[in-house]
Amino acid sequence: MAIPLTYNVRNVLQRPVSTLTTAIGIGLTVAILIGALALAAGFRASLVSTGSPNNAMVLRKGADSEISSGISRAAAEILRSHPSVALGADGRPLASAEVVLVANKPRLGQTGSSNLTVRGVDPTAIPVRGKVSIIEGAMFTPGTDEVIVGRRVAARFANCAIGDRIRLQQRDFKVVGHFASGGSAFESEIWGDAAVLGPALDREGFQTVVYRMKDPSRFEAIKRELEADPRLQVQVQREQAFYAEQSRAFTGLITGIGAFITGIMAVGAVFGAMNTMFATVGTRRREIATLLVLGYSPWSIMTSFVIESVFLAMIGGAIGCLLALPINGITTSTTNFQSFSEMAFAFSVTPAVLLAGFLFSVVLGLVGGFLPALRAARQPISASLRAA
Amino acid sequence: MVMVDVRNVRKVYRRDTQEVPVLDGLSIAIDEGDFVGLMGPSGSGKTTLLNLIGGIDRPTSGELTVAGQALGPLGGRALAKWRSRTIGYIFQLYNLIPVLTAEQNVELPLMLVRMSGKERRDRARHALGIVGLADRVKHFPRQLSGGQEQRVAIARAIVSDPRVLLADEPTGDLDRKSGDEILELLARLNREHQKTIVMVTHDSHAAERAHRVVHLDKGVLSA
Amino acid sequence: MNLLALVFVNLGRNKIRTALTLMSVMVALFLFCALRGVLDTLQESIKAGAETRLVVRNAVSLVQPLPQSYKPRLEAIPGVARVAKSNWFGGQDPNDAKGFFAQFAGDDDYIPIYNDDVEIVEASAAPGPVALPRGADPRLAAYYAEQTACIVGRELMTRKGWKLGQTITISGTIYPGDWPMTIRAVYRAKQKNFGEQTLLFHYTYLEQKGMGGSGLVGIYILQLADPQRAGDIAKTVDAMFLNSSFATLTESSQAFQAGFVSMYGNVPFLIGLLGIAVVFAILLVAANTMVMAMRERVSEFGVLKTLGFEDGTIFTMVLVEAAIITLGGGIVGALAAKYMLAGVNLGFLPPLTIYWSTIATGIVIALVIGAVSGLVPAWQASRLVIVDALRRVD
Repeated sequence: MAIPLTYNVRNVLQRPVSTLTTAIGIGLTVAILIGALALAAGFRASLVSTGSPNNAMVLRKGADSEISSGISRAAAEILRSHPSVALGADGRPLASAEVVLVANKPRLGQTGSSNLTVRGVDPTAIPVRGKVSIIEGAMFTPGTDEVIVGRRVAARFANCAIGDRIRLQQRDFKVVGHFASGGSAFESEIWGDAAVLGPALDREGFQTVVYRMKDPSRFEAIKRELEADPRLQVQVQREQAFYAEQSRAFTGLITGIGAFITGIMAVGAVFGAMNTMFATVGTRRREIATLLVLGYSPWSIMTSFVIESVFLAMIGGAIGCLLALPINGITTSTTNFQSFSEMAFAFSVTPAVLLAGFLFSVVLGLVGGFLPALRAARQPISASLRAA
Repeated sequence: MVMVDVRNVRKVYRRDTQEVPVLDGLSIAIDEGDFVGLMGPSGSGKTTLLNLIGGIDRPTSGELTVAGQALGPLGGRALAKWRSRTIGYIFQLYNLIPVLTAEQNVELPLMLVRMSGKERRDRARHALGIVGLADRVKHFPRQLSGGQEQRVAIARAIVSDPRVLLADEPTGDLDRKSGDEILELLARLNREHQKTIVMVTHDSHAAERAHRVVHLDKGVLSA
Repeated sequence: MNLLALVFVNLGRNKIRTALTLMSVMVALFLFCALRGVLDTLQESIKAGAETRLVVRNAVSLVQPLPQSYKPRLEAIPGVARVAKSNWFGGQDPNDAKGFFAQFAGDDDYIPIYNDDVEIVEASAAPGPVALPRGADPRLAAYYAEQTACIVGRELMTRKGWKLGQTITISGTIYPGDWPMTIRAVYRAKQKNFGEQTLLFHYTYLEQKGMGGSGLVGIYILQLADPQRAGDIAKTVDAMFLNSSFATLTESSQAFQAGFVSMYGNVPFLIGLLGIAVVFAILLVAANTMVMAMRERVSEFGVLKTLGFEDGTIFTMVLVEAAIITLGGGIVGALAAKYMLAGVNLGFLPPLTIYWSTIATGIVIALVIGAVSGLVPAWQASRLVIVDALRRVD
């Protein structure tokens, strides 16, 4: 025979102060977990959305990032004319040989400077990437010193408004447009014509070649073929896989730190819940004894108290979700040590993240309620009835 | 000498908007060394009167002078200090601190005065000796019988050598035999140690031990 | 028995609750000190750079190199005592790709610049007479005699289980290939913020094997004869190369380090926020416990007051009880953080430092948590009206 749930709900609501303090303690723990997960999810989503599974990304063999890569002009030409490259409407190959470098620029409206990625691209880079669109101003004119600036760079760095001039090495480049790319890492970059940026920055050759595959399902075969070509000395990845790999270190770090902090806080929160539940059991000894006398089994008493604890923790979980929700979409930035430049991304409180936080609160409730519930179920009836 | 002088005391409790008078212009004088039994039906104001005499409650109007001290002008701190020196309180349910031993319970009132630990212990043991529990000093309340618990409580009441003992149904929770022992003990304290005792009881058998019995009804003395 | 003993007896009344609360405070303070430690270490890493050394890098960014031909021109600037080339290597131990440690290639002038910061504690014997660079520790003879030699920090040695004289292989990510190196010396940091987790090797090795004669170098480090003139010299350097194709940016090595810290973006802010959340959460736990503990004892407070205990005494007792729990937890937690976490490797940063001042702050916070959590119940207990307290039967 089960004890009705309303019994627990009423009991929890009857001591609002104690319930609330315990629940807020659990809520903060949940909120921090959600925060860490949202941070990792946001970073990951931003990088993963940067790459397309239909694009092949070619780097020098052994390079683990774009800046440590190098592709000679000759190799770039071979790649561009490779039969696996898709052709655009104009019959030109959809391949972009790119110069990637890191520039240190002053931040907008605050002291200090930070690194950002400057990418010299082929004019086909926009159709190759697909998701990139000019949101203000215009595309750079190939062969000129015009550049376009990702919208997150525009928001955070000085001299990046349209019409501004931004100095790279010995040359001033003119900002003619701002672009967006669905929150991806490109939004933290500056793009210009590789044919101009390369020589201006003393770059020989390129860092990477990215191209749209004619038939993406043949990727493995293409990869084998290119990597075996002795003239190239390259490694080939799907663009999306490359960026997903880039996110792994940071995501792992954040998840690790998040787990450490949440774990420790969870111990505190569970102790808090246990305290509350022990007190609850203590003050309800007579009630429990009465229920036992009425014929409820110790098992149903125990279940009832565990449920009460879980209910209490779920209030905390809900508080935690509410506390964490406002961080959704807040843009933060950190240095992506793979590309050695700062990348802005938004906290992403996804339903999955919220669910994880909420389930975590349930677990806290279960763990915190178990021992007190056990004590409730095991208490001797006679002594409890006599207790004042 | 008059030890307890209660003059025209009124005590009114507020329940929501209603005023409930518990004591209604009551006056009584109790001489030093007297042993007074306070009787009356439930709600007649016995315990309230006891609390007023002991200075743990204040009258709505009227004056109380106990052991030569007018209680009205005393502030909270002064009253607490006065109480610790002048009044010994005995409760129906003993009210011992369950986590302290008999000896430690008895020591409690002595912690309010400057005194060495040893002297405190000696006095506590002496008090426990008077109530016949010299062999129970290290016992916790739950290891004692009801009668023994009440005797520890009495030891606690007398340990600081107060002049007035106030007992609120001290035998109310005890069997006849233990109750008799407690009453005998109180009588002895009155007789041999000159304690002035005011005892609330609803048991006429217990009241027989008092030198005189005062009846209270609806907040006034009824002959 | 005295009042304090009474407080302790009360603490023992519900041992599970006392222990749980104490442990909550303990884990919270452990975490607090750990987070503070990370923030302090970030700050500390700035101090690893000296105001008296200058770092010259490419004006575009740190990743862009500079020509090696700048060295004699830098040396000729008045006030510059010594110039060293330094290059980030970015390799990894092929057997432990995730175990990050820093490697730098430096020329012969590199190590003597750090004479005040590091000290050689162990070195191989030299094969014969070796011409040492000016100011170099004579124990480094074996290192200077061998092109593929390297110097390793003491902690890194322990972490990797390497031995002096061992030849290790580092695989390059920027400079591809396998790089065998022989450990010829071990250094110790004279200042704790300097870190002992770095591997240093010869610039000539990197240049010949990895750069194909490009004539480039990562950064220059300048030791100054007169540190007072650091600002002027930095300006001189940058003016000298302003119109070349490799413009420079010169800053104190402290500012250079600060640049690294600023690369962490909002992370320090988030860590600080976390610390506050943790402390607040635990405050709630402790306060809740104290309220519960006092609620159970209402009638006892009534008895104590009847016996003549003053309101203030009761107030103090409750407050002291709360403070003992949180103080106990705080001290244990803070010290545990100090002894368990100090020295943990944080990648780019110096090893995790937890200052005594952080421990002290933690303990003060524990006390404040105790005071605040005890305040409400203490006030309630002291304000109890005896008659009500005695009547209440829980």
